[in-house]
Amino acid sequence: MLKDSTAIVGIGQTEFAKRLEESELELACRAINNALEDAGIEAKEVDALGSFTFEENDEFEVARNLGFGELHFWSQAPYGGGASCCAIGQVALSIASGISEVGVVWRARKRGDPKSRMWSHTEDKVDDHWKWSRPSGLVRPADESSMLMRRYMHQYGYTREDLSFVATTLRKYANKNSVAYMCEKELTQEDYMNARMISDPLCLYDNCLESDGAIAVVLVSSKRAEKLDNKPALIHSFSQGMSSEHQLMTDYHGKDPLKSSSYVTAENLWKLSDYSPQDVDVAQIYDAFSPMIPFSLEAYGFCGEGKALEFISEGGIAENGEIPVNTSGGSLSEVYLHGMNLVVEGVRQIRGVSTSQIANAKVSLVTTCDATPNGAILFKGE
Amino acid sequence: MIKNIPVPGIEEYEKGFWEAALESKLVVQHCHDCDQPRFPPRPMCPQCHCLEYTWNQVSGEGEIWSFVVPRPPLLPVFEEISPYAVGLVSIKEYPLIRMIGRLKFNNEQNEDNFEEIIIGSEVQVSFQKISEEICLPYWVMG
Repeated sequence: MLKDSTAIVGIGQTEFAKRLEESELELACRAINNALEDAGIEAKEVDALGSFTFEENDEFEVARNLGFGELHFWSQAPYGGGASCCAIGQVALSIASGISEVGVVWRARKRGDPKSRMWSHTEDKVDDHWKWSRPSGLVRPADESSMLMRRYMHQYGYTREDLSFVATTLRKYANKNSVAYMCEKELTQEDYMNARMISDPLCLYDNCLESDGAIAVVLVSSKRAEKLDNKPALIHSFSQGMSSEHQLMTDYHGKDPLKSSSYVTAENLWKLSDYSPQDVDVAQIYDAFSPMIPFSLEAYGFCGEGKALEFISEGGIAENGEIPVNTSGGSLSEVYLHGMNLVVEGVRQIRGVSTSQIANAKVSLVTTCDATPNGAILFKGE
Repeated sequence: MIKNIPVPGIEEYEKGFWEAALESKLVVQHCHDCDQPRFPPRPMCPQCHCLEYTWNQVSGEGEIWSFVVPRPPLLPVFEEISPYAVGLVSIKEYPLIRMIGRLKFNNEQNEDNFEEIIIGSEVQVSFQKISEEICLPYWVMG
């Protein structure tokens, strides 16, 4: 029912910066307005909304600012970095099933200010599952991700030098993307090796940026998309995934903690698809922390178990590599907006307008956070 | 930001764990009916859906599965003692049960010698009192 029946036809964003003066509501409105203009669709036609449970802007606030008409569907996807593809997939399902006709999904976030770091708001008493880790000093997402990377390095004989290629490869993409936060700054392996440690074995450059901005996308049926000017990015397949015994971020209690929820998403995504990993031309892989890229490459079947860092260090995710990854610079070097920048870059690759365009890209994968319940979308160009 | 070590809230189905910890004992929750062990504690057995459970004491021996060494910026209470090591430890009796805790050397001279920490090496549980109700497990390296 869903396969190829809906498409992203509009993308819009604000500037990306350490600090933007506008409120999150203003940022959301501007990004959505840009996405609707890009699609060539009137705001009053929008009747479905998708957002994140972490989003601060209410649906009705967004709707009455943009002048939307009567709405028929809205949903929010949970778990921050795991949410983008899930929010989009749910709106796509509502369009494919006939509940709604024009959907908007957005994320606006002011995260540049260090005071906005979620871990820094840890309270005196921890009542959720973090009660089993934060009192022992495992407090930040970087610590939680680092735990798995050290095990992976130990198990497969890798070092920080091997991991450095994730950050340096993504920075090269950002250097070609004029809107990327890190466009002007080069990053060498030497810079990486000398960087301050954040949670050993992860250093500064293994962490995503802390930035302000907003991004939005517009979805319609593929039939409607035919009448619009933009080349549609068809939603070919979509799935969410949560593994057995999953625990958010401290996902250490399954049979093998190196087998994340991404394995669940990937298996179903490929099952629902006409394609296999070898057919994918370009991928945008969620990267709040650099380990998530090698872990996801293995989960989605781009390389064998324990092989990802070797694959990356040999140029596998670079522009001329086997599977170019995060071609706008990703969360490490373009902007951190809970992965919505990865979605619009996945669409740009299908349109043929990326600043690191992969020639004739027809199949474009976008994933979400490896360490949370997550989801992924496989886009197809006609 | 908070000044103290954040303290875990205690649910009814977690009481057995923390009561044992106050007596320096490490226990694992088991299903009353099918005896399946589980961690973290929860109200229902995922295998047979029984809502009753027991607490079985384990030796307190374990093996380091992985560890990290956090550096600032951190909560003030951890920034003061950083760098320090936090480990994920497999319980000897149930290797698929893994618990998080500080990793400490039994010899204080070694305190900051994180290169000495080896994944797979054996550790023994110990407890640090952080509030009236909570003795927090940590792991001592040989």
